[in-house]
This record gives sequence, structure tokens and C-alpha cells, in this order.
Amino acid sequence: MGKTIAEKILSEHAGKDVKSGDLIIARVDVAMVQDGTGPLAVEAFNRMKLKALANPERSILFIDHAAPSPRKELSNAHKILREFADKHGAVLSEVGEGICHQRLIEDFVKPGDVVVGADSHTCTSGALGAFATGMGSTDVAIAFGLGKVWMKVPETHRFVLKGKMPSGVFSKDLILYIIGMIGADGATYKAMEFEGEVIENMTMEARFTLTNMAVEAGAKTGLIATDETTRAYLRERNRESDFREIKPDPDAIYEKTYEIDVSGIEPRVSFPHTVDNTKPISEAKGVKIDQVYIGTCTNGRIEDLRIAAEILRGKKVAKGVRLIVIPASRNVYLKALKEGLLEVFVEAGGAVLSPGCGPCVGIHQGVLADGEKVLSTQNRNFKGRMGNPNAYIYLASPATAAATAIKGEIADPREYL
Amino acid sequence: MILKGRAFKFGDDISTDHIAPGRYFHLRTNLPELAKHVLEDADPEFAKKVKKGDIIVAGRNFGLGSSREHAPRIIKIAGVSCILAKSFARIFFRNAVNIGLPLLECDTDPIDDGDILEIDLEKGLVKDLTKGIEIQATPLPKFMLNIINDGGIEDHILKYGDFKLED
Ligand code: SF4
Repeated sequence: MGKTIAEKILSEHAGKDVKSGDLIIARVDVAMVQDGTGPLAVEAFNRMKLKALANPERSILFIDHAAPSPRKELSNAHKILREFADKHGAVLSEVGEGICHQRLIEDFVKPGDVVVGADSHTCTSGALGAFATGMGSTDVAIAFGLGKVWMKVPETHRFVLKGKMPSGVFSKDLILYIIGMIGADGATYKAMEFEGEVIENMTMEARFTLTNMAVEAGAKTGLIATDETTRAYLRERNRESDFREIKPDPDAIYEKTYEIDVSGIEPRVSFPHTVDNTKPISEAKGVKIDQVYIGTCTNGRIEDLRIAAEILRGKKVAKGVRLIVIPASRNVYLKALKEGLLEVFVEAGGAVLSPGCGPCVGIHQGVLADGEKVLSTQNRNFKGRMGNPNAYIYLASPATAAATAIKGEIADPREYL
Repeated sequence: MILKGRAFKFGDDISTDHIAPGRYFHLRTNLPELAKHVLEDADPEFAKKVKKGDIIVAGRNFGLGSSREHAPRIIKIAGVSCILAKSFARIFFRNAVNIGLPLLECDTDPIDDGDILEIDLEKGLVKDLTKGIEIQATPLPKFMLNIINDGGIEDHILKYGDFKLED
């Protein structure tokens, strides 16, 4: 019987043939925590009397959510991570190195891996053909110490994407459209597999935006088969030897298959306070915005910054709007610097900050005032997400964000391209 | 395991940001303090009102959002004995099982705020004593019950040094 990508990877890691619904103990290749979830993992690791790391060079602690630290409690949390990494020989990703998911795809995850992270957007790495999923701190502590986790093999929902992406419409618009269609719990416990001509023609950078947001439909992971685009991405990162062919069997069994023609999709905007509350740009235009944020693990990659810079070049941010731009990693930051993109943002009136999560999770850097509205390229807009439950978060692509910054109200990027 | 307590009703889509707001990120290394803000963005009074043994009763997709294990942990610290919902988000569900916080999926519409409930976890049976009705929930798979009965995955690993989770 044919297997989905999830079943294939998990069979390899369970050491036996597994199918959806099976309870398994899976070997873990990459395990990670970030500064919000890490201290709890360190505590759990110690309480379980785990002694050493199963796989130190692929056990990673990221300081990214509150980096640099805005207050002493968080500085102390960072210290716990530094000391743990030091003691056990784990990898520490320091202030300024970037967001965990971006760094994982750049330097750590290989096709065919099982990746567990104490962060819900760990599914981002699935675009590399890895089974990557978010778990709790205790799960990751066990993965650190024993090199394995318990798991149920998920059923897979397949998304066959056809047609040609219209100009001004990006993978962010596509995933907002899909989540709007199936709902915020439309794929709960499932794996989402994306395929079809749209995926074949899509860059890796854009693919990561799709898998990043799989969890916003409730999914355990998002997966994309590997191809020459995957190989080229790894080659560019000097790790072509990590490439492996990962694809589903032609007779794999899917719980559901969606066929979507993307040709008619417009830029999309998710309205407060749920991701699936998404509308076409025509119904979003004109909403007055106080702050625009371009960055995060969803849309802080070099391609995203290029698109935004193209629209902002030579223009000014509207009066009364704050523009915050944060490259997702040091690597992205350096590229943007060399290409002159950061100059474009600064000249337009934006504030460019050092790599990290920035305002996304409401700890520092750009917390909103009561009643304010932000348009962000991040992945979720729950009440209180950005630090103030009395603020309103709209989600959109970097192009829509750039156009909105210029206009001061939600704007259609196609008018600026 | 038989659990008994008073129902606290919530609606659909209660996220981990409602349960453990990001603005208290600095309290994540101080769970008893963080627990004083549990569910604050869904019901600002909840932390003050909740009593030991109380039961959270919610709609669809409870616990959606981030992987923060702090969310179920502070619900447990606040004294909640069980969560009933029409459905749960995956990571939250897993985290709750891992930390030994019982939870079941069932139709929660018949239950009203303040009702007294009695739950048989093994059978997955919910009795609303106030209304005199029974609701069948989806029983937990045996290996999850074992984790909960062991007091959570931490105690499970401490006890066996490894996973002992036959289905
Ligand atoms: S950028 Fe936002 S969504 Fe991504 S890891 Fe950071 S806090 Fe989470």
C-alpha cells in the first residue's frame, strides 16, 4: 500500500512500517527550544534526571523571541539556556542570529529528517521534505535526552494547487486563502501535503510561507516533496550533500484531497482576531493602519524584503504610520544590507531592527496602544498576540504591507507593482 | 479516575494567547505568578473565581496557537481538574496529556456555566448532576490514560527511564 510523505518519513524513524493512526516512538534528528519555551524544557530535563544529549550537534537552543532581552527576567531565562548549552555541548543560537525556524531551514534541517521544536511553527521546515512539528517543552526535553518522542502518525490532507499565481499575489495570500477556506481547525491533527504545478513553479522561500502556516489550520505539519528547487536551495547554503529525494507514493492514501485553482485568487487580508477571518483585498482596502510590520518566520526572508523594497523604493511611509522591518536571520540581514534593501526601508522612514521575532509575540519592540491597528506579515492575529488585547492585528503579504505603509490604510499592492 | 467540579464555560477558539498572554512572557520562568493571569484575555476574573477541582467547558478548537506548555500548566496550577471541549488544538491536547491534566472531547452545548459535573475518565462519561443528564465523550486512548495516571510524562520517564506506551 502506498505511503504519504509523513508515513514514509515516520516509518524510517519508527524502524517499522507505519500508517496513519498508529502510535509510534519516533527517532528524532533535530530538537530545539526557544527562549520562551526553553527554560521549562531545561527544568523538565533535569527533573527527569536525563543526563546527556542524544544528539548534541543537532540539539539547538535559540535566543530569538526576546532578543536582545528587554528585561531582567528574560535575561535570566537566556542565561539558563546559555548554561545548559554550555554544560551539555548543545548548539546555542545567540541574540542577532535570527528566528529559530529560519535558522533551522538555513543550516540544520535535511530532507527526510524528523524535527521537533518547542514552538508551534516548527512545521516551517516541512517545505524541505522533513517531518517537522511543534511540541511542548517536556516533549523536547525528552527528545534532547532520549533522542525520541511519542507520536501518532497523522492522516494527510492533500492540496493540489493548479493554475498560475496572478501578479501581486504571493504564497502568503494563497495560504490565507486556504485557511479561510478550511478554517482554523480544518486540518487539526493532520499533515497537509502541498503539490501541483503551483508548487513546482514556486521558490523555496515562498514554499516556507505555506508550511509555516500549516499549524494555523490546526495541522501537525505541512509537507512538500523535494525537487530540483530544494536541491538548489541546499546548494546555495553549501549543503547540497544533504539533499535526498522525498516524495509520496503515487498510490498513497489521503484522507482528503483539495484541488484549488489559484488563478482567481486576489491578495488576502486576515481580519482580527482569527487567521481564518480572511477577506479579499477589495473588502479590506481603506482600513486605517497605525503600524506596519514586515518580518517574522512567515515573511522575513530575503525574497519578502525584496518585494517590499521594490514597492517602497523612493517612496515615503505615510504620516502617522510606523514601519518596522526585521530580517528573519543574520544571513537575510546581510543579504538585504548588501543589496541595499535596508537603505530603501530606512530612507522610506522605516525602523530596521536586528534579526529576531520582534513585535510578533508582544514582548518588546512595537507593542501597540489601545485601539491601534497593525498590518503584519506574521502568521497569527489572536487577541493580545502583539502585547495588547485592545489592539487589532491584520495579516497580509509583504507586498500588501509595503503598499499599506505608503498609503496609511490597507492598500492593494497591485496598484504599486 | 472520577473527577467532580463546577463548570466554567468558554466559547470557541480560546487560544494560548488568551490563556497565557504574551505580555507576561517574562513570567514564564515563574509559573505560580503566571497562573494569576490564567485565561485573563478570555475572562479577566477567571483566576480569582476558579476553585480547586473546577472544570473548564469550552467550544471548538480550545488551546489553538502556540506550543507554550505554560498554558496547560497554569490551568493545572490554578486548580482545574479537567477540560471538556468540542475539540482541542493538537499541541495543547498533547501538552495537557504530557503534564497529566485530564481532558476530553464531547458535546459541551448542554452544559451551562456553574453546573456541577462528574467525569469518569476511563469510560469517557460526563454526568451533569445539575441537569441530571449524561454525555458520552470520546474516551482517551489507553496510552494517554496511562500517561495521565502516571501523573504525566515526566513521572512516566522517571519511573521507567524510557517510554512504556503500548496502545
Ligand atoms: S516570528 Fe512570531 S511566529 Fe515566528 S517564531 Fe517568532 S514569535 Fe513565533
